[in-house]
Amino acid sequence: MCGLCGVVGAEDHWTDAAATSRIVGGAGAGRTRRQERLRRVAIGNKILAHYGLKLSDWQGSAYILRNRTGRQEIVPHLAALWPAAEALAGRPCDPLDPDVIAAMSQSG
Amino acid sequence: MASGDTKIPVNVITGFLGSGKTTLLRRLLASPRLANTAVLINEFGEVGLDHLLLERLDEETVVLQSGCVCCTIRGDLVTAVRDLFFRRESGIIPAFDRLAVETTGLADPAPIVFTFMADPVIRHHFRLGNTIATVDAVNGPLHLDQNPESVKQVLVADRIALTKTDICDGEQTAAIKARLARLNPAAPLVETAAGDFDPEDLLAADLHDPARKNEEVRRWLAGAEALADPQGEAGHSHRRLDVNRHSARIHAICVTHERPLDWTAFGIWLTMLLNRHGENVLRVKGILNVLDAPTPVVIHGVQHLIHPPVHLDRWPDGDRRSRIVFIVRDLDRATLERSLAAFNCLAEAGSEAA
Repeated sequence: MCGLCGVVGAEDHWTDAAATSRIVGGAGAGRTRRQERLRRVAIGNKILAHYGLKLSDWQGSAYILRNRTGRQEIVPHLAALWPAAEALAGRPCDPLDPDVIAAMSQSG
Repeated sequence: MASGDTKIPVNVITGFLGSGKTTLLRRLLASPRLANTAVLINEFGEVGLDHLLLERLDEETVVLQSGCVCCTIRGDLVTAVRDLFFRRESGIIPAFDRLAVETTGLADPAPIVFTFMADPVIRHHFRLGNTIATVDAVNGPLHLDQNPESVKQVLVADRIALTKTDICDGEQTAAIKARLARLNPAAPLVETAAGDFDPEDLLAADLHDPARKNEEVRRWLAGAEALADPQGEAGHSHRRLDVNRHSARIHAICVTHERPLDWTAFGIWLTMLLNRHGENVLRVKGILNVLDAPTPVVIHGVQHLIHPPVHLDRWPDGDRRSRIVFIVRDLDRATLERSLAAFNCLAEAGSEAA
């Protein structure tokens, strides 16, 4: 737990392996852990925009998810992001939804 | 913290009531190379086990707030495994180099998998190895028809041990083998009654064994290729018509992606998919061609529990596409492929902007 803010440290999540050069990308991809997090936020926001949500990095240790009415939630990693996103958006976030696929293909 | 190579491998032995779990375990433990294995069992069955390090578990579960069945901590298992480890470290018991956990016949193996991945002490000293499901060739079809637990056990398995083939005819054996291959094509099947199987191949050949991991990936890709064969799929489709059988809605699909995948986008996609459809994505095993990574990355998981990715030193075959075998209920391959492709092009646009 962080003594200053009282946030319990999150468990390692499998997607964080990207930050470990020996596992994925790493040296080849030339990204540091911080850059990887910012990139995750940038890509995540393209999807979350579809639900009226916005993600930002918080101190390199968690993420803040906000909706348009200003409600916000701190999430430790990607697995925790989606239940929070569904709660803030008030609807399911389904990557297999044809509308979502069409929107993602266009913005790509 | 122990590295992946120094952690103690754990084998879960699952299988329906009377399907021969204890008999198999006894034969495996008789192998000199596996003698130094500690064993945790749920119940003392009719078949006696005479082993040096044998402990009994009492089933006690702690359901986490999410209420999801696979995210259940087996409290009894945590206590037993921690206790075993502390006694090993204190020299009270011999330094076992492998742990086998035998489940009850009706157990869903997912909470056991979750317990080994989630407990902060256990996950630093142990790692999951192969899960073995025993299926009885005589009563197996009935178990699969009537008990969702039996289907789940087959889906979670990395190896299937088909037992009692010596007391049924060739036709029955062929039918159950075809059914198991359709449910879980990535798990090699061994007929244990023949007696000529290699115990190490069942327990030890896994993704963490540097000498065998490429061969292991090649095996599941062979299963995936059988699925990609359009004739094979047509051949399977008639079985799916039988919607009254709950296992008829479950099938394996192989999702392929031609271009290198962006790891960040893939992580976002898979976590989003598993959050929404985790109950219907029973198993994930895949080899990924990751953008900027010179060699392939292997991912595998059970429902929404994904293991840390494993890096291979080289491609197991000439095919450089990303191939992911999903065992799903009511989801189709084309939609998954379209969705994955859409998320990946999002990353391509994102990296230009970054």
